[in-house]
Amino acid sequence: MSVLTAKTGQAIPETSLGRKLKDRTVLIAVYVAFALAVIPLVSVLYKVISEGVQVISADFLTRSMNGIGGRDAGGGVYHSIVGTLEQVALASAMSIPIAVLTAVYLVEYGQGKRLAKTISFFVDVMTGIPSIVAGLFVLAFWILVLGFEVSGFAGALALGVLMIPTVVRSAEEMLKLVPNELREASYALGVPRWRTVMKVVLPTAFTGIVTGIMLAVARVMGETAPLLLTIWVTKVINFNAFQGAQSSLPTYIWEQASDPNQVAVARAWGAALTLIFIIMVLNIGARLLARRTSIR
Amino acid sequence: MAKRIEVSGLNAYYGGFLAVEDVSMTIEPRSVTAFIGPSGCGKSTFLRTLNRMHEVIPGARVDGKVMLDDQDLYGDKVDPVAVRRVVGMVFQRPNPFPTMSIYDNVAAGLKLNGVKGKSELDGIVETSLKGANLWNEVKDRLPKPGAGLSGGQQQRLCIARAIAVQPQVLLMDEPCSALDPISTLAIEDLIAQLKSQYTIVIVTHNMQQAARVSDRTAFFNIAGTGKPGKLIELDETSKIFTNPTEKATEDYITGRFG
Ligand SMILES: Nc1ncnc2c1ncn2[C@@H]1O[C@H](COP(=O)(O)OP(=O)(O)OP(=O)(O)O)[C@@H](O)[C@H]1O
Ligand SMILES: [Mg+2]
Repeated sequence: MSVLTAKTGQAIPETSLGRKLKDRTVLIAVYVAFALAVIPLVSVLYKVISEGVQVISADFLTRSMNGIGGRDAGGGVYHSIVGTLEQVALASAMSIPIAVLTAVYLVEYGQGKRLAKTISFFVDVMTGIPSIVAGLFVLAFWILVLGFEVSGFAGALALGVLMIPTVVRSAEEMLKLVPNELREASYALGVPRWRTVMKVVLPTAFTGIVTGIMLAVARVMGETAPLLLTIWVTKVINFNAFQGAQSSLPTYIWEQASDPNQVAVARAWGAALTLIFIIMVLNIGARLLARRTSIR
Repeated sequence: MAKRIEVSGLNAYYGGFLAVEDVSMTIEPRSVTAFIGPSGCGKSTFLRTLNRMHEVIPGARVDGKVMLDDQDLYGDKVDPVAVRRVVGMVFQRPNPFPTMSIYDNVAAGLKLNGVKGKSELDGIVETSLKGANLWNEVKDRLPKPGAGLSGGQQQRLCIARAIAVQPQVLLMDEPCSALDPISTLAIEDLIAQLKSQYTIVIVTHNMQQAARVSDRTAFFNIAGTGKPGKLIELDETSKIFTNPTEKATEDYITGRFG
């Protein structure tokens, strides 16, 4: 007879009342916490959608604010959609390759090396940079010191600085999850290291890396402060991200919402809904892409 | 094509830790050599020095000589990547590439080394899968993921993958330890067939398996934890199991160990 079952004599004792009670309490606590977390999310979504749909129309999505004052009705977000898409695309094009390659270096080549530790430290420091500081950095360095003009590209630089550390960290975690056995299996076939990384390690981690990138993209898409300092504000459509002020959805929202007129505030809601919608579409698209290319 | 391996004075280290000390042995071509010995005595470590996989682990190094016919694998001008194409390896746990289909798993070694011709690949994939006794089970689902096979099938897939690059030596580290008796038998039969073409080295904890599949058996042992593993003796399998020269070998085989 073991010590544990000695008391009742039964081989498998019944669950004690105390343990049932604890189980219940924890379960209820978990539900309450979940509800509390969902309340703000649902109420924000509800407010944005209910206010946004009143404004959104084909006109709203295809017009700029050219010639429209704060008090005037009409106008739209077309110039801001163009700006946001261009800025985020440029930021991604610059930062994703750098970030993924950095993660590959850290996990595949740098183990234990001094350089890897240094890079890792700076990535941590970058993670802690407040977004407005990234904007100030680009303003001070790119615009004031190097003398380039305010442009969508300058905004993309600031967003890129913000994206790099998050993408490095998430890609690093995903690469670490790839079992070492797969690398060894590849080496044992006489495949060189860099091809192993390209053809075995990266494809295995692909879905996870894409998810991490999407989170980073979604985050910078809503960044306002660094853009205010780097892209300026404009009411007109500017397709050229390399020249002159450009608009963007977050700065448009900021601009319209700080205007005390009803019509302007309504436009801010419309832009907010547009932004959320774009992020959602990108997210779903990336998920489909990741699912198609990974293991069936 | 099979080649003779001659090892002399080989030491293997993990950082400052000497894991295998002063091993010298000859491994005959077209035969199966089994490595047996207690856990931690350095069988896997030694096996991995034979295709330069040991040095993949950070801090690990080897000194001594491993001659493959007349070429020193640890010679100055030798590329470890090229060594691994000649000396293939099958691991203890089946490890097919999870993102690849059955076909691509078998073709991986060739594709990743730049072989592109579709008909050439098709041919090699078929012969390798037949060689690994897996063709009949998978011929209708080659585009399906390799990870969807059973454990025993996965291990045979890994063997097919290893022989697809047409190595001259095949190293197997406990290839059956994760498998059921039927899959184990399938792989033992396969080893018996493969030895007509390859030099095969197999690590096993299963004495009956060593006795069944191998021509020669090497017994490794350690004096105690933290001590290096050593080769005690290498002889005809029948001799090792009936009348070994060393007392330690006899104790291990008869289960009077430790
Ligand atoms: N990656 C490693 N880093 C440091 N030490 C290691 C490493 N791998 C193995 N060792 C050590 O080297 C010694 C030999 O290990 P090895 O794996 O070769 O034993 P083995 O004979 O294959 O054992 P088993 O039968 O359990 O597989 C052990 O003391 C082990 O702790
Ligand atoms: Mg082992």
